[in-house]
Amino acid sequence: MSDQKIQHDNAFKLTRRKAIKGLAAGFGALALPVSTASASVWEAFFQKNFREMSKEDLKNVLARLEKGYSEEYGKPIKVKVTPPIEGVKYGYGLDLSRCIGCRRCVYACVGENNQSRDPQIQWIRVVQLDKEKGTDLTEAEHYYNPKTVPEEGHSYMPIQCQQCENPPCTKVCPVQATWKEPDGIVVVDYNWCIGCRYCMAACPYGARHFNWSKPQVPAKEINPDTHYLGNRPRPIGVVEKCTFCIQRTREQPGRYPACEEICPVGARKFGNMLDPESEIRYLIENKRVFILKEDLNTQPKFFYFY
Amino acid sequence: MSRRPVFPVLLALMAGLVTLVGVPNSTKAKQVKHFDRSGNLVIEEKTAAEMIHLYSIKNRKPAESFPTPSPPFSEGIFPCSECHADMEPNLKRRQLEYMHTDIVLNHAEGQRWCLDCHNPNDRDKLRLVSGELIEFTESYRLCGQCHGDKYRDWKVGIHGKRTGYWNGDKQYLLCPSCHNPHDPKFKPLAPMPPPVRPDAAR
Repeated sequence: MSDQKIQHDNAFKLTRRKAIKGLAAGFGALALPVSTASASVWEAFFQKNFREMSKEDLKNVLARLEKGYSEEYGKPIKVKVTPPIEGVKYGYGLDLSRCIGCRRCVYACVGENNQSRDPQIQWIRVVQLDKEKGTDLTEAEHYYNPKTVPEEGHSYMPIQCQQCENPPCTKVCPVQATWKEPDGIVVVDYNWCIGCRYCMAACPYGARHFNWSKPQVPAKEINPDTHYLGNRPRPIGVVEKCTFCIQRTREQPGRYPACEEICPVGARKFGNMLDPESEIRYLIENKRVFILKEDLNTQPKFFYFY
Repeated sequence: MSRRPVFPVLLALMAGLVTLVGVPNSTKAKQVKHFDRSGNLVIEEKTAAEMIHLYSIKNRKPAESFPTPSPPFSEGIFPCSECHADMEPNLKRRQLEYMHTDIVLNHAEGQRWCLDCHNPNDRDKLRLVSGELIEFTESYRLCGQCHGDKYRDWKVGIHGKRTGYWNGDKQYLLCPSCHNPHDPKFKPLAPMPPPVRPDAAR
């Protein structure tokens, strides 16, 4: 008997079926974080979509998140899931004849909503427009930096999520990790988002932002009052966006969004569009309002006026 | 070709106009039209007596008052009567030389001076054109005399800034909180830093 023959007899008979089974098991085992394995990792892995969670599930998830964030930032961080208020549909107004382009709103938003400082993420973008060319966004300047604003002959236009009534971004999400809430706010479940960025391609306003790396927020600057669907610290590889400060506006009584509160010229208006006595209703009925890219039929709830 | 009888029609129209306009001090009910907030035309019938009542300044409904923070006085300037109580008011229009020289009027200065808004006999009050004296906390009524459109917007929360709660208590800022009444144009601000350019981040 030759050596070759013995080797052949003792050899492990690898059929195609066995090979595929083995491969699947092997890769599966590799994907599990064995070295850092703890109960929370397993829980996070099997966490359901926000809208499918029971009250009990939600309680556990919030407890797990709060514990994780508090450890990470070294101070207690609250994660709320305040539901929408009945009979409320939020609307926003922005007076373009008042805005001076000082960017106070941008940084108030960054601070309130725990946006990454490095790499930089900003939910509000202010563009400078040439008055002679009108509201022509192809001529917009994003990086203007004079000594003082407003500059002669220019107007300014802050752009953020328009909270569309007919949002293109939620339709393209392959896993339904983003949706429109009953009060009109478009939200993202950061634990369900797979980071495919289809929604960013679908949004005509550039209002969605992707965490290319782990968001860096200094622990002393973190806002500990957070909402699950809003400003809680985000993981790497998910999309985030403006939520009309869901953690503030859904309270009773509800505070104004941070950008509205900081604006030094009072250009920003916010309120309930279903309340006939509200500021936002008055300005929609009485002012010359326009919505951005009306032709796309996204039906924004963000009204610019003069 | 048949011509339309234009002349009789014109006559009839003129007669109608004369009857409408030519009756002096009509005691007939008068229609008062205005638009409500939803843009619907509202027509109310008012008798002549009611109309007279409406036009009388005495019967004007009292001015609304709004919750506002205290006026932004310079330090130690209020109450004005602390200095002015013992002084004889000088009603002569002049350039001030001893006090308040820091105030440069840049607000239709050709048409007004101090005592058009400040009350000469009681300096702790402001003075409306009608002669009515108001507190400094009600200065929006003074500004609203000329800037009626802004006053109207401010009352409903469109002009100016409101703080507080969108569905709860709100605070209105007074006009002087943002506009120096003697030089009201909003002053330019230094902008916050621009965003990082994507190519610089790489």
